[in-house]
Amino acid sequence: MQTFDLEAQGLRALNTTLHALKGQTNETAWEIINPKGSHAIAVGLDAPVDVTVRGSTGYYCAGMNKQATVRVKGSAGPGVAENMMSGTVIIDGDASQYAGATGRGGLLVIKGNASSRCGISMKGIEIVVHGNIGHMSAFMAQSGSLVVLGDAGEALGDSLYEAKLFVRGSVKSLGADCIEKEMRPEHLELLADLLKRGEADGKAKPEEFKRYGSARKLYTFNIDNASSY
Amino acid sequence: MSDFPHTPPRQSWTFSNDVNAEIRRAAATGIYDIRGGGSKRRLPHFDDLLFLGASISRYPLEGYREKCSTDVWLGTRFAKKPIHLEIPITIAGMSFGALSGPAKEALGRGASAAGTSTTTGDGGMTEEERGHSQTLVYQYLPSRYGMNPDDLRRADAIEVVVGQGAKPGGGGMLLGQKISDRVAKMRNLPQGIDQRSACRHPDWTGPDDLEIKILELREITDWEKPIYIKIGGARPYYDTALAVKAGADVVVLDGMQGGTAATQDVFIENVGMPILACIPQAVKALQDLGMHRKVQLIVSGGIRTGADVAKAMALGADAVAIGSAALIALGDNDPAYEAEYNKLGTTAGAYDDWHEGKDPAGITTQDPELYKRFDPVLGGRRLKNYLKVMTLEAQTIARACGKNHLHNLEPEDLCALTIEAAAMSGVPLAGTNWVPGKTGF
Repeated sequence: MQTFDLEAQGLRALNTTLHALKGQTNETAWEIINPKGSHAIAVGLDAPVDVTVRGSTGYYCAGMNKQATVRVKGSAGPGVAENMMSGTVIIDGDASQYAGATGRGGLLVIKGNASSRCGISMKGIEIVVHGNIGHMSAFMAQSGSLVVLGDAGEALGDSLYEAKLFVRGSVKSLGADCIEKEMRPEHLELLADLLKRGEADGKAKPEEFKRYGSARKLYTFNIDNASSY
Repeated sequence: MSDFPHTPPRQSWTFSNDVNAEIRRAAATGIYDIRGGGSKRRLPHFDDLLFLGASISRYPLEGYREKCSTDVWLGTRFAKKPIHLEIPITIAGMSFGALSGPAKEALGRGASAAGTSTTTGDGGMTEEERGHSQTLVYQYLPSRYGMNPDDLRRADAIEVVVGQGAKPGGGGMLLGQKISDRVAKMRNLPQGIDQRSACRHPDWTGPDDLEIKILELREITDWEKPIYIKIGGARPYYDTALAVKAGADVVVLDGMQGGTAATQDVFIENVGMPILACIPQAVKALQDLGMHRKVQLIVSGGIRTGADVAKAMALGADAVAIGSAALIALGDNDPAYEAEYNKLGTTAGAYDDWHEGKDPAGITTQDPELYKRFDPVLGGRRLKNYLKVMTLEAQTIARACGKNHLHNLEPEDLCALTIEAAAMSGVPLAGTNWVPGKTGF
C-alpha cells in the first residue's frame, strides 16, 4: 500500500499522483493520512484503485469519481462524490449537504447520517444511507436509486423525475409531485441488491421499506397545478 | 343646438393594444408567455454613445497601413493553459437542445475560421461542437446536464454559469417539443417532458462555497483550464468582486438584452439591467481590486456591430460575446422564410417562439426535417464573414481614435448622446463635461 501524507505533501501533489494512475498501474492501494478536513481530496480519479482516507474530509471528496473505490474513515463534508460517474465511495461516518449531488453512476454508501439535499439532481447514481437524511433530499432527482435505512426529512423528492426512492423509517413530508408507490417484486429485488452492495444487508430487509417516486403531474405545465410549483 | 361630433376614439397608453392582447391571451390559455431572445424594450444602449475620433489633440492611425491588433489572452491569472484568441468577439453559450446539432457545428466552424471560441450550453458537449471548435468553453451549469470529467478535460476553458442576462435569478427551460430522444438521453430525462433547469447550483451556495468549487474543478483538470464565471447583469459591482474573490480567471457579464432559448417574457423584460449600465460597474470592481486586465472581462447582451464591440472595449471590457447576432448571421429570422413565419403567426425579425421547435430556418429546432434545411458549412462561412466584418469595423474606429490595439480604446474616446447613457456609462454628455452623479453640469 502506498501512503500519502496530505499535510506534508499537499493537495496538488496528491491529485496529480492519483490522476497519473490512469491506465495500467500496479499501485492499486492507496492510503491518505492527515486529511484534516481538506477540500477536493481524490477528485477526478479515473483508475480502478482503492483509496482509503484516514480521517474526515472537507468539500467534494471523490468528486466526479470514475472507477476508483474511495473509503473515508471519518466523516465527509459537503458534496461528497458529487457528479460521480462510476466506482464506489464509502463514508464510515456522516456526510454533510449535497452528498452524491448530480451523480451519474457508481455507488455511494454513507454509514452514518446524511444532511440536507442528499442525492439532489441525481442522474443515475445509487446511494445507500444507513442512517437518516435531511430535508430536500433527492430534489429534482432524475434517475438512479436512493435507499435510506432511517428517516427522511421534509420535502423528500421534490420535483422528482424518474429516480427511485426507498425509505425504511418515517418521511417528514413529501415534496411536490412525489408520492408513495407500490413496491413490486422487481423493486424488492433491486433493494436487496443495493442493501447487499451498500454493506447493509444485515441491518434491514427489503420488505421493511416504502417506495416513493414521481406522480409525473408536473412533467408538462398545467395551470391547474400552479400551486405545486 | 347643433350636433357635436363624437370625441375620436382614443387608445389608452397604459392599456395599449399589445397589453390588452396579452391579457386576453393569458385569460384564454392560463399560462404566461414563454419566448426566446432577449429584451425587446428600447433600452439605453451602445447606440447612445459616440466615438470622438482624432483631431489636433489626438492623431489617428492610417486605416490601411498602420497596424491595429485585435488579439486577446483569456485566463492568465491562474490557468496553466490560458486561451489566446485572434479576435475579441466570442460566441456565447447556447445549448444543444435549444439549437440543432448542425447549428452548433456551424458556430464551431465559423468561430474557428475567425480565430475565436465557442461555448457549450445547458445540455452538455456534443461531438459536433467539440469537433469543429478550435477553442471550446464548457459551461458548468446548475442542471449539470451531460456534465462529466472527460468533457471537462476536453474543454479549453470552463465557464461556471451563475446567471444569465435574460433571466438573472432564473433557471432554464426546454419545453417538451424539443426534448427529442437524443436531447433526452444527454440530459437523463424522459422524452417529451417540459424540462426545468434549477436556478441555483446543487452543491454550493454563496461566494465562499464557489471558491471551493473552483478549487475542485481546477484539481480535476490539473489547473490547466481557465475558469470563467458568468453572471447576469444584476449587481455587477458586487458580483464581479465576489467572482474575483472566488478565484475566477475571467468574468463573463451578460446584460438583459442577452438572449435565452426560452424564458417567461415577464422575466426577460423586467429583471436585470442593460449591458451599458453593467460594464462600468464591473470595470470599477476590477479596478478597485487592482485586477483590471488581470482578470479578464467578457461582456454580452445586444452586441451587433464592430461599433458595439469597440464601445464595450472602450468602457473597459477585454472581449465581448455574441449569441443572438450569431444566430442571425447563420440565418435565423431571415426574410427568405417570410411565408413560413406568417404561417406561424409571426414575421421575420419578430419570430421568438424558439421553444416550440418549429424554426423555419432550421436553427432552433430538433426536428430533423427542419434542421436538414440548414447547411452547417455555409452557416459557418456566414458567421466567419460576420465576425471578420465586426472586427474590421472595430479596427476602423480604433484607428480613427489613434489606437494600435483594440484594448487601447478608453472611456475618454467616448461621449454620450443622452443623459441616461452618460449616467450609466460614466462618460460625459456630448458637448459637455457632465457625467450625471459624478460632475456638476
